[in-house]
Amino acid sequence: MLRRYSVHLILATLGGLVVYLAYNEYLGLYYLSVLMFMGVNIILSSSLNLVNGYMGEFSCGHAGFMCVGAYVASVLGVWLFARDRVFGAPVLDPEYALYAFPVIILAGGIAAALAGLLVAFPSYKTRGDYLAIITIAANYIIISAIENMSAIGGSRGFMGMKGVINAMEDTIYLPWMPIWVFIFTIFSVWVIRRYVSSTFGKGVNAISQDEVAAEIMSVNTNKIKTITFMLSSGLAGIGGGLFAYILGYVNPGSFNILKSTEIMVMVYLGGMGSLSGSILAAILFTILLELLRPLQIIKWIVIPLVLIILMQFRPEGIMGNRELGQTFPRLKKFYRFK
Amino acid sequence: MLELIIQNAINALQWGSFYALIALGYTLVYGVLTLINFAHGDVFMVGAYIAFFVATFFLVSLGVPGWVVLALCVPLTMILTSLVGVTLERIAYRPLRNKGAHRLYVVITALMCGLILQHANLAIFGASRKAFPPLIQEHVYNVGGVSFTNLKVAVIVTAFLVFLILHWIVTRTRVGMAMRAISYDKFAVPLMGIPLDQIIVITFVLGSGFAGLAGLLFAMSYPVLEPYMGALIGWKAFIAAVVGGIGDIRGAFLGGFLLGAIEILVVAFFPSTLRDLIAFTVLLVILTFKPTGFFGVAKTTKI
Repeated sequence: MLRRYSVHLILATLGGLVVYLAYNEYLGLYYLSVLMFMGVNIILSSSLNLVNGYMGEFSCGHAGFMCVGAYVASVLGVWLFARDRVFGAPVLDPEYALYAFPVIILAGGIAAALAGLLVAFPSYKTRGDYLAIITIAANYIIISAIENMSAIGGSRGFMGMKGVINAMEDTIYLPWMPIWVFIFTIFSVWVIRRYVSSTFGKGVNAISQDEVAAEIMSVNTNKIKTITFMLSSGLAGIGGGLFAYILGYVNPGSFNILKSTEIMVMVYLGGMGSLSGSILAAILFTILLELLRPLQIIKWIVIPLVLIILMQFRPEGIMGNRELGQTFPRLKKFYRFK
Repeated sequence: MLELIIQNAINALQWGSFYALIALGYTLVYGVLTLINFAHGDVFMVGAYIAFFVATFFLVSLGVPGWVVLALCVPLTMILTSLVGVTLERIAYRPLRNKGAHRLYVVITALMCGLILQHANLAIFGASRKAFPPLIQEHVYNVGGVSFTNLKVAVIVTAFLVFLILHWIVTRTRVGMAMRAISYDKFAVPLMGIPLDQIIVITFVLGSGFAGLAGLLFAMSYPVLEPYMGALIGWKAFIAAVVGGIGDIRGAFLGGFLLGAIEILVVAFFPSTLRDLIAFTVLLVILTFKPTGFFGVAKTTKI
C-alpha cells in the first residue's frame, strides 16, 4: 500500500509545501524563481535525455525547440488575455486565462513538436555527427527566423506575459506559476517514463544499441525516430513556454547554442539514459548556477571545468545509465514509479 | 552586370576563405580521430588575439615597421596558436583517449574546452573590443568597375596555398600517409610501428596553426576582436566541413567556399538579417538529400 502510493504522497507533500510557502510569501521571490527554473530544467534535461540518452543520437540544438514553444505560448497568451501594444485589447475575457493557460502551454509544446520534424525527417538517413550538425543548423534556423519576424519584436524580444499571470491571479488568488511548473514537470517526467517503458518505447533503446539490427527485428525505426524527436522537442517546447512566463520576457538570443550546451551539460552530468539522473542533475545544476552567480563570468569557466573533470573520472555521469531503483535496490521496497 | 557578378565572386571567395581555413582544421582532426573538435572555432579566436598581442607588442613597444611585423606575426601566431591546440589535446583529449572512453565524451570535453577558452578570455581581457592595428597599407585597385584590395587578394591566395600545402602533406608525405592510415584503422596502425600520439599531435599542430593564420587574416580584414567571434564562425565552418564531407580536405575547402558564396549572395539580394536563415536552410537541404556531404563516403554498417 505504502509502496504503491509513496511517490504520489511525496510529490503531493512537496507540491503542497511549495504552494503553501509561496502563498504565504514565506519564500522570497528569488527562491521561488530558482525553484521554478529547477522544474523547467528538469523538463528540458529529461526531454533531451530521451534523444541523447535513450535513443543514442547526438542532438545539440534543444534550445531551438524551447524557443518555438516559448514564443508560441507567449504570443498566444498575450494575444488572448492581455492588453498589449502589438495586439491591443485581449480577445477573450481575462477570466478564462486560468483555464486556458495549460492549453496555451500545450499549444506551445505542439508547435515545438512540429518544429521537431525539421530534425526528424533528415534523421531517417543520417546518424551521428551528421545529425548533430542538422540539429545545430535547426537551432540557428529557428532563432534566425524569429529574429526576422518584426511583428513579434524580432531580436528585441517579446514581453507582456506578466499580464496573463496577473489575469490568472485576479480570478483566483493563488501562486499560479509555481503550481503550473510543478504540474508540468511531473507530467513530462511521467510521459517520458511511460514512453520508454512501453512496448513501443523499447524500440527507442533498440535503435540506440544497433539501428540496423533493430530494423531487421521489425522495429519501425523511422516511425520511432519521428515520434521520439517530436515528443522530445514538444516537451522542450512546454519547458520553453513555462520559461517565458516565469521570466515575463523572451528574446531569441537567450535560446542560442549556449543554452543548448547548458541543457546538454545537465544530461551528461546526470548520465545518459537515466531519468532519475537527469532530474538529479537538473536540480544540482540549477543550485550550482545560483551558487556561482557572484563569480559572474568566472562561473562559465568553473562549470565547464567541472564537466571536464567529470568526463575524465566518471564519464558515464552521476547515475550512469541506471535508475535510482537499480543503484539502490533497497529503495525499491519503498516506492514504485511507472 | 558582369562587374556585379565578378565583384560578388571576389567577395564570396574572400569570405569563404576564412570558413575554408577553419574547416580544414576541423576536417583534419576529424579525419584522423573521428573527433569533432568543437573548441576549434575558439582556437581561431585565440589565434586572432595572439596576433593582436604580437602585432601591438612589435608595433607599439618596439616601433618596428609594419611589413616586418607582418612577417614576424605570421610564423609567431601560427606557432603560438598551435601550442594552444596541442595543449588542449595533451590535457583534455589524450587522457580520455587512452582510457578508451566513448567518442561522445571527448566531444563534450571539446565543447567545454571551447567555453573555457571564450570565457577565460572574457574574464582576463574584459568585454571591451580590441582594435587590431593596421599592419600594411591597404590599396584599393579598380579594374573595369571591379574593386578589390590587396588584403582581399592576399586572403584568397593564402587560402589556396594552405589548401595545396595540406593536400600535398596528406597525399604525398609519410606523415600524411600515417594520418590516412590512422583514419582507416586506429588499432592496427600502432602495430605497424607508426607513433599514434605523434601523428595526432602533428594533426593538431597543422589544424590549429592554420586556424591561427585564419585568425590573423581575419583580424587584419575586420579589425575588431571580441571573445565570442570564434563561436559563430567556428560552428559555421564546421557545418561547411560537413557539407563538403568531413574527413576530406577537398570537401572542407569546397564547403567553406560554398558557404561563403551563399552568404554573400543572400546579402547581395536580400536583407542581411536573413543571411543565417537562408544559409543554414540551404545546408540543411543539402544534408537531407546528400547525408554524407559532397566528398564523404557512406560507410556500410555491419551487425
